[in-house]
Amino acid sequence: MTTVTATPALAAKTSDRTRAENRLGWKLVAPAVVMMLLVTAYPMFRALYLSLFRYRLTAPDDREFTGISNYVSVLTDSLWWTDVFNTVLIMVATVAVELVIGFAFAMVMHRIIFAKGIVRTSILIPYGIITVVSAFAWQFAFSLNNGFVNGWLPFVGDDYNWFGGRWSAIFAICVSEIWKTTPFMSLLLLAGLSQIPEEMLEAAKVDGATWWQRLFRVILPNMKAAIMVAVLFRALDAFRIFDNIFVMTRGAQDTESVSFLTYRQVIEQFELGVGSALSVLLFLSVLLIAFTLVKLFKVDLASARGEK
Amino acid sequence: MKNRQLTPSTGIGFVAILVWCLLPIVWIVMLSFKPATETQAGSPQFLPEAWTWSNYTDVWDNPDFKRALINSFGISLIATLLSVIIATLCAYAIARLEFKGKRVVLSIALAIAMFPVVSLVGPLFDLWTTFKLYDTWPGLIIPYMSFTLPLAIWTLSAFFREIPWEMEQAAQVDGATSWQAFRKVIVPLAAPGVFTAAILTFFFAWNDFVFGISLTSTTASRPVPAQLAFFVGPDQFNPPVSQLAAAAIVVTIPIIVIVLLFQKRIVAGLTSGAVKG
Repeated sequence: MTTVTATPALAAKTSDRTRAENRLGWKLVAPAVVMMLLVTAYPMFRALYLSLFRYRLTAPDDREFTGISNYVSVLTDSLWWTDVFNTVLIMVATVAVELVIGFAFAMVMHRIIFAKGIVRTSILIPYGIITVVSAFAWQFAFSLNNGFVNGWLPFVGDDYNWFGGRWSAIFAICVSEIWKTTPFMSLLLLAGLSQIPEEMLEAAKVDGATWWQRLFRVILPNMKAAIMVAVLFRALDAFRIFDNIFVMTRGAQDTESVSFLTYRQVIEQFELGVGSALSVLLFLSVLLIAFTLVKLFKVDLASARGEK
Repeated sequence: MKNRQLTPSTGIGFVAILVWCLLPIVWIVMLSFKPATETQAGSPQFLPEAWTWSNYTDVWDNPDFKRALINSFGISLIATLLSVIIATLCAYAIARLEFKGKRVVLSIALAIAMFPVVSLVGPLFDLWTTFKLYDTWPGLIIPYMSFTLPLAIWTLSAFFREIPWEMEQAAQVDGATSWQAFRKVIVPLAAPGVFTAAILTFFFAWNDFVFGISLTSTTASRPVPAQLAFFVGPDQFNPPVSQLAAAAIVVTIPIIVIVLLFQKRIVAGLTSGAVKG
């Protein structure tokens, strides 16, 4: 509060300035807040409302209030649970692998003294590339006719069809997802890593701590906040997985995600009622995951960033 | 500093990072040079047997693809510009002013950043058809702005907090108003941060797929990622693999150029916005 300390003697003027600052503050944030809520809060309420109707876009006049029957039909359908399972599986698997590989990359980037620019540039390419392009690259790589993966992997037959079975197709989807997002994870972890004082590691070394002890006793506990932020962001992002599935399998072989199911109901089948119910459920799932992770980590994201 | 020397493990890690990041890119490049006849017959080998530029000329002569490129550039640039202007105002207020409800604004931004975008597809589709925004540029610019704002606000407010307080104070002591202090002192100091936020915002808009496929129906506004996904050619069961690869490379070039030019800034922007201990 610099404005207060600047004029400590004049109480009346101080409160004027405070009020003015308050007003200016809201004037400056208003456009951003309006813009963010316009496209999210209002449509979300609209979805909540529409989810209570039987409503097909092809027959808009037949709209009929049906209460919670859309939710009942979604939640009693095994397709919904299959898709929830796929989504959670992909989320857990990709985030776990990304955390390990991303941490290894962060360690390398932290220690490297040469060619920093080259490493930074390469790591940013998967981050910046369009997800659809990544999905195509890996779809072709795994494809039966044009892929190099079968030829390169010694324990896989040359005629193995990765997209012919559910688990192998999900594996291919995870590879594309992991490839694209590990760099982002590693950059977040690198930021946490660079905040650990070098002297602390030296001290541990002098005291005779082994490499593993230093890793688990010094490095990891000291970058807890960075790890949590990275996991939270990536987990919620992975839960929304859509692009990779759309391009690689279109949901074939039971590889559909919750996002893909919602999209298919609304855009391909014009079932706005059921689609809206799915939208609401998807939103609630994300809320639940976010809430669980924040509680689990006991991390205050705002204070983790130094926000008071 | 004793730890930071070239050890074998760092060397292996260096190579691993390069292979990880670049192998799929090299793969797509190789694929894009294979003749269409080769990929149709099936060519599981990594390198092309015969090399050709024809995929690139085919893609470049495709009017739909060219149109999608124009759409993507136009929509992403406009959304970036507007989003960064609004975010700059907001981030300034968050970093420099004391006002009630600051935390609320940051929480909203955080919530939007984690929002499941697909859940908006239905209601937005419905709304956009009512307001005649469906399949138009503004129809995509508006959601892109909303979803890039959180990233821009967080990155910018982190940058703004690093700017020396005293400069602004000095200007205010010299009789400048808060607004003048913002315009004359902070803006020049903040320009690099704003630029970084713009790059990250552009990446986000350029990458979007969900809105791109669900809020457009023709080439009038369909952006590149959607166009790529629908680019199946005449035979649905035999997509033009090598042409798709060429198109993928064309849309990746702008990203690579930006990364090459501004890698240092992008890394600073990504990390400062996320973790500050």
